[in-house]
Amino acid sequence: MQAVHAAHTAHAAGVAHAGAHHASPGFWRGCIFSTDHKVVGIQYGVTALFFLLFGFLLMGLMRWQLAYPGQAIPVVGPFLHWVLGGDAVGMDAQGRMGLMLPDLYNSFGAMHGTIMVFLAVVPLLAGAFGNYVIPLQIGAPDMAFPRLNMASYHCYFLGGVVMFASFFIPGGAAKSGWTSYSPLATVADMVHRWDGQTFWLIGMVLLITSSLLGSMNLITTIVQLRAPGMTWLRLPFMVWSLFVTSFLLLLAFPPLEAAGVMQLMDNLFGTSFFLPTGLMVSGQALPVSGGGSPLLWQHLFWFLAHPEVYVLILPAMGIVADIIANNTRKPLWGYTTMVYAALTMGFISFIVWAHHMYLTGMGTKISTFFQTTTIMISIPSVVLLTCLLVSLWGGSIRFNTPMLFALAFLPMFGIGGLTGLPLGFSYTDIQLHDTYYVIGHFHYVVAPGTIFAIFAGIYYWYPKATGRMMSEFWGRVHFWLSLIFMNLIFLPMFVQGLDGMHRRMYDGGVTYAGAADPASGVVGLSQLSLDLNKGISHAAWMLGLAQIPFIINFFVSMRRGRKAESDNPWQATTLEWQTPTPPPHGNFVGPLRVYRGPYDYSPAGGAHDYRPQNEPPARP
Amino acid sequence: MEIPYTVEIRRDTGLYNGKLGMWLFLASEVMLFGALFSSYVLLRVGHPNWLYGAEKGLSIPMGTLNTLVLISSGITILMAWASLKLNDFGKYKLWMGLTVALGILFMVIKGTEYASKFAHGHYPHTHTFYAIYFTLTALHALHVVGGVLVNLYLWGPGSKMWATEPERFTNRVEVSGLFWHFVDLVWMFLFPVLYLL
Repeated sequence: MQAVHAAHTAHAAGVAHAGAHHASPGFWRGCIFSTDHKVVGIQYGVTALFFLLFGFLLMGLMRWQLAYPGQAIPVVGPFLHWVLGGDAVGMDAQGRMGLMLPDLYNSFGAMHGTIMVFLAVVPLLAGAFGNYVIPLQIGAPDMAFPRLNMASYHCYFLGGVVMFASFFIPGGAAKSGWTSYSPLATVADMVHRWDGQTFWLIGMVLLITSSLLGSMNLITTIVQLRAPGMTWLRLPFMVWSLFVTSFLLLLAFPPLEAAGVMQLMDNLFGTSFFLPTGLMVSGQALPVSGGGSPLLWQHLFWFLAHPEVYVLILPAMGIVADIIANNTRKPLWGYTTMVYAALTMGFISFIVWAHHMYLTGMGTKISTFFQTTTIMISIPSVVLLTCLLVSLWGGSIRFNTPMLFALAFLPMFGIGGLTGLPLGFSYTDIQLHDTYYVIGHFHYVVAPGTIFAIFAGIYYWYPKATGRMMSEFWGRVHFWLSLIFMNLIFLPMFVQGLDGMHRRMYDGGVTYAGAADPASGVVGLSQLSLDLNKGISHAAWMLGLAQIPFIINFFVSMRRGRKAESDNPWQATTLEWQTPTPPPHGNFVGPLRVYRGPYDYSPAGGAHDYRPQNEPPARP
Repeated sequence: MEIPYTVEIRRDTGLYNGKLGMWLFLASEVMLFGALFSSYVLLRVGHPNWLYGAEKGLSIPMGTLNTLVLISSGITILMAWASLKLNDFGKYKLWMGLTVALGILFMVIKGTEYASKFAHGHYPHTHTFYAIYFTLTALHALHVVGGVLVNLYLWGPGSKMWATEPERFTNRVEVSGLFWHFVDLVWMFLFPVLYLL
């Protein structure tokens, strides 16, 4: 078997060499207007990682205002004043320049959410991993529609540019939360005739177009371009997870696009889709025809934004599943169950959206319905997590960097999921709604959950894309520091939330704490919550520092990293490792046939502890 | 590098790539228009003084005429595709040309309707009914324009492909026809919902 393996590698390396003789497509065709799914995937990945860092930096600045409200931001403050002007950054009581004003805080908050969800995490999962890994895993030469793929990235990039540019227009970026609830989103810019919200909506339309093109492309690719023998239940779980995700993106995003068009009409053409009759702004009746429904916006928004949660988590589980099977050297436990759980989860995710709206007064009957479906959807989530956990049982686990991140994903997502139960029940949600408890809950799902899975994926597929390994030592440093600081940030938020700290308090709750009046029985925010603000902020900045080893590792390893000893450095079974490294245009060398399931690790008999999917069965 | 199944049908799925891609695109379009139709229902039942019947000032004869125009264009594009299947390129040019002409006629009629609304002082901001009327019909009109442009391309410069890759060209016409029928179908819902109900 070792000999067969070596022969594979030598063969593949020879072809990669032959591939190098093709005329190089040049910079413009090769890097900017490339239709190769691998280039598009890397474009998505690099752009989205930039936005991930940018979104994080916004939060880093907001954390200063929460920890030290009313004080100028040191070092960066004057620079921010220079860039964003006096409307956004002012002087503090001590006369130091660099105080973050409320409008800027609101716009950073709205844009942190928007950027992290729509410009960083989803593009990393569906855009980067979806594009790079999926065609390789199913044995396809490229995506089904390569030019649409390029267009999808260009729409995404343009959407990103519009969002980024909106920081520098008069009045700054959108400031009505990433949810952009009407009528606030319409009224906020109306008085000053600012354009932040308009930029947000136009940016969103571009991002939705990009995700539409990407998801229909991915589904078509998976349905049509599977290699011969790659039957549905031989697909790696990663492919299944992105298949379901693409359906969610395809069907859930258009209602937000419709809502976005209507809000744009409200903002630009004076319609009243989301503006009720008798709306007063600054003591004056708003001069609109009225008769609209603010609740309608919330329904349409959450019809997207709840399936979006599963868009964020399913591909992460796909990445983790592949890495766990590879590093425990045994098949996934309950692969078929996981596939059906993912499909069930996809279906149910369309009928849970109004659990974000228990407090809107939409009625207890509707709340009861959505509470029931919400608790139902925890079943497939638990099935998936349990299967991944049981997969570890009896494995001889290799603790490399990708595996560490994948392992940490399990308890982190577990905490995120379990703390969601009290939010799914309408009666407990009334207490916890819009508090830091909610912030802690969904950040556990997305930050140490999904983002850890993304890191795991980057460390895992890096040698396939570059031919070199990332440094294992710095990977471990990155992992342990990130794990510690992530928990130091998000765990205290549960305490703050139970204490009643609201998620949108500009001063970190100081005013609320000051409202305490024991004589009349008024309970304000406790000193503990205010102190925790400082601890969380320090941990957040340390988390930022902890990413430096990753960033350096990422770039330095491209040139200086240890060369991957073969095309298959992790001894994996799936097809992306049975190609030359990096895969040439067209991906596979010669005809390809699949003979077995995705995780044939430690098969009985044979000297090798894995059998690639395209290895023919031994002749009896 | 060749992408498989761009022209020929994959046996186990019974589809070529473009057709599946278009069906998926249409599924997302159903959700887009579905959201707007649902909004229409919600806005209508929640509005303190909605406009009914003649109050709306919409011209039912014009709407009916436009419905007939679009239905006919659905037939002509089907005939265009059938002509290609029967290897009759001349007939294709005729039927596709008619489809484009009917699409343009629809836009002209729609334009006169818009003009008469504006002349009577009905704008999107005057009443939520007009807001949803203009949003829905304008979005539909955008789809008509998109369809006309693609059909025009397939009638004109794009039809050169018939000489080199006839099967692929026939597929293109089929996929464009699927889209055109969807545009047609949306109008079948728009007309009763906005004009008659």
